[in-house]
Amino acid sequence: MAGTPRRSDAPRADAQAERDAATSLGAPLLEIEAASVRFADAAYPALGAVDLRVAVGEIVCVLGPSGSGKSTLLRAVAGLQALDSGRVRLEGRDQAGVPAHRRGVGLMFQDHQLFPQRDVGGNIAFGPRMHGATREEQHTRVAELLRLVGLPGAAGRVVSTLSGGEQQRVALARALAPSPRLLMLDEPLGQLDRSLRERLVIELRELFGTLGTTVLAVTHDQGEAFALADRVVVMREGRIAQSGTPLEVWQRPADAFVARFIGFDNLVAAKVADGVADTPWGKLPVPPGSPHGEREVLVRPTGVRLVEPDRGLACTVAARTFRGTHVSLALDPATGPRLEAACTLREAPAPGAEVGVAFDPDDVVVLG
Amino acid sequence: MPIARNAARTALVACAGLFAVTACGSGDGADEAQSKQVTLVTHDSFNVSKDVLAEFKKKTGYTVKVLKSGDAGQAVNQAVLSKGNPQGDVLFGVDNTLLSRAVDNGVFAPYEAKGLDRVPAEYQLDAEKHRVTPVDTGDICVNYDKSYFADKKLDPPRTFEDLADPKYKNLLVTENVATSSPGLGFLLGTAAEFGDEGWQDYWKKLKANGVKVVEGWEQAYNEEFSGSAGGKKAGGDRPLVVSYASSPPVEVLYADPQPDEAPTGVLTDTCFRQIEFAGLLDGAKNPEGGKKLLDFLIGKTFQEDLPLQMFVRPVADDAKLPKLFTEFGAEADRARSLEPEKIAENREVWVKSWTSLVVK
Amino acid sequence: MTVPVVFFGIFFAYPVAAIVGRGLRQDGAWQFGALGEVLGDPDIGQVLWFTLWQALASTGLILVVAMPAAYVFARLEFPGKSLLRAVVTVPFVLPTVVVGTAFLALLGRGGLLDDLWGLRLDTTVWAILLAHVFFNYAVVVRTVGGLWAQLDPRQEEAARMLGASRFRAWRTVTLPALGPAVAAAALMVFLFTFTSFGVVQILGGPGFATLEVEIYRQTAQLLDLPTAAVLTLVQFAAVGAILAVHAWTVRRRESALSLVDAAYAVRRVRGTGQRILLGFVLATVAVLILLPLGVLVERALDAPGGYGLGYFRALMSADGGAFLVPPIDAVANSLQYAAVATLIALLVGGLAAAALTRRAGPFTRGFDALLMLPLGVSAVTVGFGFLIALDRPPLDLRASWILVPLAQALVGVPFVVRTMLPVLRAVDSRLREAAAVLGASPWRAWREVDLPLVRRALLVAAGFAFAVSLGEFGATVFIARPDNPTLPVAVARLLGRAGDLNYGQAMALSTILMIVCVVSLLLLERVRPLSRGAGTAGALD
Repeated sequence: MAGTPRRSDAPRADAQAERDAATSLGAPLLEIEAASVRFADAAYPALGAVDLRVAVGEIVCVLGPSGSGKSTLLRAVAGLQALDSGRVRLEGRDQAGVPAHRRGVGLMFQDHQLFPQRDVGGNIAFGPRMHGATREEQHTRVAELLRLVGLPGAAGRVVSTLSGGEQQRVALARALAPSPRLLMLDEPLGQLDRSLRERLVIELRELFGTLGTTVLAVTHDQGEAFALADRVVVMREGRIAQSGTPLEVWQRPADAFVARFIGFDNLVAAKVADGVADTPWGKLPVPPGSPHGEREVLVRPTGVRLVEPDRGLACTVAARTFRGTHVSLALDPATGPRLEAACTLREAPAPGAEVGVAFDPDDVVVLG
Repeated sequence: MPIARNAARTALVACAGLFAVTACGSGDGADEAQSKQVTLVTHDSFNVSKDVLAEFKKKTGYTVKVLKSGDAGQAVNQAVLSKGNPQGDVLFGVDNTLLSRAVDNGVFAPYEAKGLDRVPAEYQLDAEKHRVTPVDTGDICVNYDKSYFADKKLDPPRTFEDLADPKYKNLLVTENVATSSPGLGFLLGTAAEFGDEGWQDYWKKLKANGVKVVEGWEQAYNEEFSGSAGGKKAGGDRPLVVSYASSPPVEVLYADPQPDEAPTGVLTDTCFRQIEFAGLLDGAKNPEGGKKLLDFLIGKTFQEDLPLQMFVRPVADDAKLPKLFTEFGAEADRARSLEPEKIAENREVWVKSWTSLVVK
Repeated sequence: MTVPVVFFGIFFAYPVAAIVGRGLRQDGAWQFGALGEVLGDPDIGQVLWFTLWQALASTGLILVVAMPAAYVFARLEFPGKSLLRAVVTVPFVLPTVVVGTAFLALLGRGGLLDDLWGLRLDTTVWAILLAHVFFNYAVVVRTVGGLWAQLDPRQEEAARMLGASRFRAWRTVTLPALGPAVAAAALMVFLFTFTSFGVVQILGGPGFATLEVEIYRQTAQLLDLPTAAVLTLVQFAAVGAILAVHAWTVRRRESALSLVDAAYAVRRVRGTGQRILLGFVLATVAVLILLPLGVLVERALDAPGGYGLGYFRALMSADGGAFLVPPIDAVANSLQYAAVATLIALLVGGLAAAALTRRAGPFTRGFDALLMLPLGVSAVTVGFGFLIALDRPPLDLRASWILVPLAQALVGVPFVVRTMLPVLRAVDSRLREAAAVLGASPWRAWREVDLPLVRRALLVAAGFAFAVSLGEFGATVFIARPDNPTLPVAVARLLGRAGDLNYGQAMALSTILMIVCVVSLLLLERVRPLSRGAGTAGALD
């Protein structure tokens, strides 16, 4: 069970069964094989022999810190960045030598890159116009897309007067307008405020579901990736660190890097043997079937349970942070590094309080 | 860089189109037209009446194409540079200050024009080889503002010496000899008058007497000279200017209404004579037409057209001067001249010493 | 890239190399003796020194005087703005012979300063410097203003919100953004003043000589080709050094800027500061530019029988005698030549700028510099170079009219490149990529994305190229050409003759040249991008 799951048709545990059924039938739309790109003065390749397949109708989200090569990946698929080696196939056809404008993919840029000298309608109509749509068709398409992104009647507005959220919607409409076979989004919600982002990500997922669009998005925000994607691909220094459904990645991060990147900080070195991990925090129970030996062990905050002060690992509450649905506690244990715990508001002790900590084996993960 | 390549292709097509147009534009390149055309290379001041050219065409069947560039010096220099592969068939506008340069560089092919017997021998500076044919003469003389001297009840100066007379202090304006043709002519006149060494002393006196030197004839005549229309508007305050003997008649011709008397006069004893020549260019594509054109240039029609077109005097003795010249013009009295060889030899040195003497 | 390279190869590098080579090769062997001889001459040293320092001083002075104007024309709205912007460009096209005299009316005997304070500046270096300001004012106003008008004012606002004073915000945000345009303008002004010819002659008098004057004398008057060749090389070296300094200064300065439509950055005049600035600029323009031009017009109207259009009427007839055709025909000639020259300049310059935007490397930088060289090389060198270089089929263009617009375009191209390049480089390349993924081919992307953004710069460039061509005198006069004079040539010929009518007609024709220039520039300004806010239909075309 170690390593990176490679199932492109992983079912999601939510109400998308119908869609997922369609996805699992889909042939690969995009196949990337051993794609490599190296920039002249970089320490490691922007893309190091990356393999990735995206099925028709699938939403794949590439997650990674800045500099991990995720934008380069999109640019390579779009034909804006030449590969040093490897290949990109779309619907089975090798795209080597096919210029960007003939690939039939859409790309929504990080900061939207709306054409400043055109109004909203002009921006959205650009793609259809390039594909030879008549004026009438352009009109229809613009109106249709503006309705779709929730900005009906905005065609005549000047781009520079739009708010960030509106720009994002226009950029999306523009990218969708030529009906690309693959839509790529580069940090689609990057510059927006949190609440808007959370709302839009749901809208996007619904929209793509309705349209059946195949999507390859990149982001550095794990929340965004998990909410949007059928499958998450975590990248690090030009290589794929893990690929899987959001649930898989969340439940079983492939390594410490992935774990930290998706927000888990309770990581320690451990010696695992016979269902027990020997850590600085003491002996932790591990799920059956966990690998043995010198390993890193992750404890999800939800698996750090507060018990009576005189039981379990003795800790002092260093800080507590309200997270809306729960409270996040920073605990300084008697031994070992700081621990993060999650608990309900009612249970939350005040900073300075002495507590005991026990570990739930279901939330202890021995990393591969 | 596909875009650059695409655009380049478009541009190449456009360029090709442009050159096609060019070729058409200079479409006299067609052989047939070529033989019927004779090209005259000359300076920017060249001018001729339309009917005169029409008469040439009627007589010989040749159309004249005129190519102009810059002043006389430039026209000659261009001829020297394109020696052997000339721009045209005939060069007009070599004066005696430039003659040696043109002739010594082998720009011209010899041809004795028909009707040369009507031209006084003194103008035929290349009488043995006939590489050049004299066409006209013009005198560079000091002009004066008649009303200034009348108002001041002062007799205008008469000679070179007078110009250095304190009576006429701060009255003369002349041109930079390094760049201006009348300026150089005036210097050569003083050299002819006072000798190779003597002219420097004379100019020292002129300088002490407040001679003003400006860059070109346009500034001297139109800005500084109080007798010209431009000078009056610009508040020019110099009543003496180095100009041409023909300037007073020109003042009359281009006044509206025409006055009874020229507003300016000529100091006839301060003149340097320029003789202007034409010659058949060596390597001319149409030497036959060129020869016909040379004959025509000293023919009566062209000679009588000259004065009112270029304000010079004809060389042919049968050419009548127009009334304008006889009535308002002045004949140079003992016009100075120097042999072309001597000018060629000393020109650069003289210009240099003049510059350090007068300007610096 | 090919077209500009070929163009410059054939019409600049080859002719100039030919004439220099002719000078340095005697009897089939290279003669470099002249090199030491000429360079050792203290007079030449003096000329070089004067040429250099007056050019630097002029450039500095122009920047100081014209930068506020660039701001005012770019950012403030006031009545008569576009007319005034066209008018300040007029000096640029007028032949120095003409304007030099008009400028004397300001600085010389009986001039304004003489009347007021008994101060006469003619034959001083001040006259030269001020006249250079007069001639090159528009270079700064248009080049810098063109970019300034499109800079996003919010950046400056952001700096002010961060606690910067108005001036500090300008200095730390706007000025660096303007850097490339300022450097470009300064470079062009420097090259123009470095090769200044007429201004130095007329206003400075024979006491001052620039390298350009010396080259003209050696080539056109004395036919001392070896000396001329050495001087040309010296000029090359000096200009080359300046270009290198320029390239070094602006490298990496041209970055993607946040550009907006000019209309959004324009503000109504507000506050004392802006009023004072506007007042200062208008006063400068009035004294330095309108006054001398006014003198010209006044002289053109000052006919013998009292003020009237007498001289203008005389222009309509061929009886004047200076030409075979009515002098007014020169207007049509000039417009035709200028139109062709502008097209060539836009084509060559536009392609060069596009190529320079997309490529980097030493070759490109070298080519960038090469494009500027024509401004720093004597017109007589180029004119005579044409004569000996383009003399054999298939390129025997010596007798062709096309040489004139070609020579004019040579001077226009640097303007096109310099005005377009900063803006083109400022266009975010991701906008092009956005167009590409939406299905636009590179050429289409250029047309759809770059062109609309640079349209304003393109118009500025076209205006310059057109104005330069209209007023170009030096190269035109050195080229043997069929007898259809351009306006400046016609003016010069009229001025070269005595007589009231000739002088008056010269002034009248200069006035017409002014009007032609203003009208052409105003028409160019009218060709604006589509009016915005017109809805989808407008943007969809």
